[in-house]
Amino acid sequence: MTSAFSAIVARDFTLAIRQGGGIGTAIGFFLTVIVLLPLGLGPDQQLLQRIAPGALWIALLLSVLLSADRLYQTDHDDGSLEIMALSSTPLEIVVLAKASVHWLTSGLPLAIAAPVFGFLLNLDTALIAPLAMAMVTGSLALSLLASLGAAITVGLRQGGLLVSLLILPLYVPVMIFGVLASSGAQSGIDNSGTALMILMAIVLAALVVSPFASAAALRSFMR
Amino acid sequence: MVFTGLDFTAHAGRMLVLRGPNGAGKTSLLRLIAGLAEPAGGSLVFDQASLPLDTMLGEHVHFIAHHDAIKLHLSVAENLKFWAGFFGGGDVAGAMQAMNLTSLGEFQAQRLSAGQKRRLGLARLALIEKPVWLLDEPTVGLDAASQLLLAAMMIRHLDAGGIIIASTHIDLPVETSDVLDFANPRKQVS
Repeated sequence: MTSAFSAIVARDFTLAIRQGGGIGTAIGFFLTVIVLLPLGLGPDQQLLQRIAPGALWIALLLSVLLSADRLYQTDHDDGSLEIMALSSTPLEIVVLAKASVHWLTSGLPLAIAAPVFGFLLNLDTALIAPLAMAMVTGSLALSLLASLGAAITVGLRQGGLLVSLLILPLYVPVMIFGVLASSGAQSGIDNSGTALMILMAIVLAALVVSPFASAAALRSFMR
Repeated sequence: MVFTGLDFTAHAGRMLVLRGPNGAGKTSLLRLIAGLAEPAGGSLVFDQASLPLDTMLGEHVHFIAHHDAIKLHLSVAENLKFWAGFFGGGDVAGAMQAMNLTSLGEFQAQRLSAGQKRRLGLARLALIEKPVWLLDEPTVGLDAASQLLLAAMMIRHLDAGGIIIASTHIDLPVETSDVLDFANPRKQVS
């Protein structure tokens, strides 16, 4: 089971690097949103500083969504998913492995890049550490939830829109607490520690629910 | 309903050949045996012990479907190494040799021809031992020499006491075989 897990992680990571699409597209899209935002809003540095954490989170969320619908698509199309289903390895492990790679190739690089891109939005330097912390944590939940949406729509040709509609409501709490955890003190009250803990709770809940729900969805599609 | 009234036995050491026109339900039957589809009724009995219908035979089965389950951006050897890792062991060099892929080992799968891709898909059979082989049109795209390689692999599997259920339109040189004709499903010809 551990060998199956590491085999999938190694394979998908290699594929993500070789195909080039994954990491590059996500970071490119992220950067585009962040570059365009100040141009659209005008040179009000105070305004930019105030909205920076929220804007970075929205960009993160959209970038992760961008690659979400393809999580299981290729494995379904080329028959690999069926072979994986026909083994002693539970599909739940397959789901966990694929969600981990999705996080490693979209959420994690973005979370690392976000504080750097934050300079374009005049991000308060005191917020760099909490923002990175919240994004690394929160993007885990984003990938796990993306897996759920991708699994439900795996057999559909044009599942992209449906994936967005299905998982966007689940992304809302992640974003709300994510922004809160990266915003520091507001009107004198600092709730960021509490928000980070709630964010971690969401990650843990997603970690428990998503593999089982995703695997069930994949199974029902193959039957 | 795709088919009704099928009655057949697959014996250890013998191949059961499924014959029938397109759409007769050969693929559906193979998916059903593998546990990838659910029957509307009837039963599959393994080793005299009737198992519930939703039992997954899965992990004891090699299933070769229309898709080759290969990644185009991985090399031939990397594709097989992945499946060996996934199944928890396997003889990559032996599998490449069995389907004459050794000289193609470092090539990316996207540069292979259709027949070579098929051979890479079939090499999974030799990668790791599984008692039941379900083959859905395994010869599609294969030239005569590769068909002989496949037949040799199948004969080795049968000699070791394995079971093969295969749908095919051409006669493979495998002697120990029975035929299940979907046009005449009650009569199994030996």
